[in-house]
Amino acid sequence: MKESMKDINGKGDFLIRFGQAHESFRLAEIEALARIAGVELEVVSYSPSVKKTSINSSSQTPFTHVRLPSVSSAKQIISRSILAQSVHELWGQGDSLSLLHDDVRKSSSHLFARYEQATFRFSVDSFQGSRTKKEQVDLINGFSFVGFEGPIRMKDPEETFTIFEEWEFDPYRTSSRQEGGKGKKSNAVINRSSSTEPKKLYLGRLISHSSRYLITQFDLKKRAYISTTSMDAELALVTANVSLAAPGKLFYDPFVGTGGFPLAAANFGALVFGSDIDGRALRGTAGWTGGTLKPEERCLRGNFEQYGLKGRLGDVWVADLANSPVRTGRGERWLDGIICDPPYGVREGLRILGHRNPPADPSPQVDENGVEKHKKPDFIPPKRPYSFHLMLHDILQFSFATLVDSGRLSFWMPTANDDDLEIPVPSHPGMHVVSVCTQPFNKWSRRLITYRRRSALEMEGETLRKDFEEYMAQMDEARRKERDVREGGGRQADELNPFRKAYFSTERRRIVEEARETMTPALGKLEFKYPDLAGTALESRGEEKSLYAEVLNYVNYVVLYYLYKIERVVVVMDGGRVAEDESPREDLAAKEDSSLAKLLAEERAVGSLKEK
Amino acid sequence: MKILTLNFLTCAVKACKSSAASYPLHPQEVELAKDEMEYNPQAMLNFLLRLDWAALRMTATELGFATLPEEMPTAEDLQQDELKMRQLHELLLETHVVSGKLVCGNCGHEYGIKEGIANFLLPSHLV
Ligand SMILES: [Zn+2]
Repeated sequence: MKESMKDINGKGDFLIRFGQAHESFRLAEIEALARIAGVELEVVSYSPSVKKTSINSSSQTPFTHVRLPSVSSAKQIISRSILAQSVHELWGQGDSLSLLHDDVRKSSSHLFARYEQATFRFSVDSFQGSRTKKEQVDLINGFSFVGFEGPIRMKDPEETFTIFEEWEFDPYRTSSRQEGGKGKKSNAVINRSSSTEPKKLYLGRLISHSSRYLITQFDLKKRAYISTTSMDAELALVTANVSLAAPGKLFYDPFVGTGGFPLAAANFGALVFGSDIDGRALRGTAGWTGGTLKPEERCLRGNFEQYGLKGRLGDVWVADLANSPVRTGRGERWLDGIICDPPYGVREGLRILGHRNPPADPSPQVDENGVEKHKKPDFIPPKRPYSFHLMLHDILQFSFATLVDSGRLSFWMPTANDDDLEIPVPSHPGMHVVSVCTQPFNKWSRRLITYRRRSALEMEGETLRKDFEEYMAQMDEARRKERDVREGGGRQADELNPFRKAYFSTERRRIVEEARETMTPALGKLEFKYPDLAGTALESRGEEKSLYAEVLNYVNYVVLYYLYKIERVVVVMDGGRVAEDESPREDLAAKEDSSLAKLLAEERAVGSLKEK
Repeated sequence: MKILTLNFLTCAVKACKSSAASYPLHPQEVELAKDEMEYNPQAMLNFLLRLDWAALRMTATELGFATLPEEMPTAEDLQQDELKMRQLHELLLETHVVSGKLVCGNCGHEYGIKEGIANFLLPSHLV
């Protein structure tokens, strides 16, 4: 290996070992954490995934060589990371074992004496390969030249040294290993038909583990209160990291739901705020189940209590982003971060406050007794379909108006993988795109898009003013269009939502069929996966027949839902209780049975037509 | 709803945004309570400069807390005076409106607060 570490002044070389998922999020997270730590990060080597939309991540290296000012800064950064597993002081690297030995001797021999007397252990971490016990011992013994004399401790040693190996991806080797069966680790039989040596090796001294344990701690399955749209814990935590959540900062989620993003941000120290158009989520009257909890615990606040984060929950309120009460254009901008997963209305269509066809008379509506309807306690404000693009604009414009300079906006957005249907990253002249991370599924992806609010200084000048004017004109045009579609009468929400339109028209039937095929055999397993659910269903429904139908419906629902909003685990079945006060954001729980039945009936009809 | 949050919110009606009378909203018929919050001087110094101090004084006065000085304390003041900091913490973050309403001084619209959660959804004639 030609690269040597001896001539690097003031900077140390480190190896980050990542977990296996979410490759395109890794650098965005690490760079954000370096920014939070106020540390300069230099990425020396990182090979991005072969195909950006590939869900096969097995060829993606989990090792990244970085330079950082100090051991303590490496620790500071990685100890907060969700996607990394650990960070190691890099003692050497090479394309073969002997080259690694050479490099360790050349670059790190000045360090040997420092650890001579420490308690230590060596371990082997083989990526896409595996080693027998004996091979591991041989590998480790090969490093006896470091001359450590301290006692070896397998448990809690002062220093841990790891030999990392990266093997060429070999499907045959991987599958033969898997055939060895669960629980029985097959060390002996490994087919190395295509490669007999790893293509790259590293030696590192462990500096710090990451915060991956938080994924388990915040696991949705253990959370008191979740909904059909809760983001899985790992990605909610990553979102908080990428948006620079940190102690003392003020964060806001305008589509807060049951509070997954603010929880993650609060965990990292932020004081958090949230709002939602559906007040039932905030109050806990949504009818979403949370296992055995008492109703008063099943609310957003309850979640904060569960994790001991109530002291960082600022406030939540009921509001529509298109008519937000947050002050703008007056006083100082006050938010450090905005994080959200907007309701794209994949199933139901997006809705905001207002009439589909506004009445000609704009005065308050009055009931038969002359009382203004909106002053009655049971008043339900009407909602109307809304455009996907306009909502994105609302979010960007809102963020621009409320974020402090360099404050960050991170939001999730679905898109189709097909180039023709791909939805471009929304732009705003005052918001600079920092990172776009993609979580690919088979036919669509969702992206985490992060922006930085430009400072006033950055935005001076004629060009930007022109950009702004152009942008605002575009948005006015979009609003006009939206009104035309809406008032044109009777047209579908699809017209307003390109993702929904593209997705449903091309994929719907195939997905339902595929889902039914693949998931029906899994029916029996459902009971194990969702014991509460199966139990509830059994207790509440007497007849086996209807239970079967319901479970089948549920399986279809889960599959569909996984396909739309993957991993937002839905543990709702008996979710028909809709509170009277407000109509829900996405009436999933309530409408699922009927809309799904309708969908399936449609599919069947289409299918039978085709057969004829 | 916390006193701090009241400083960040105004009337949701678009036509009111440009009117000085719409901010701050006026709390009426309120029931107040106190809930412990994490004492976080770092957050306080962070958001202090983002507060509209005159609006905060008005809100505090209307709620019966008349102890705020005319001038906003500086970060240096607060860092040297933990008592002052804790008083502000108590007022801004721990004191909250459990129920009542928030009234816009411009359009007169009333936003209800129930169980500590304010509802800013507008009837369609105001959207
Ligand atoms: Zn008003």
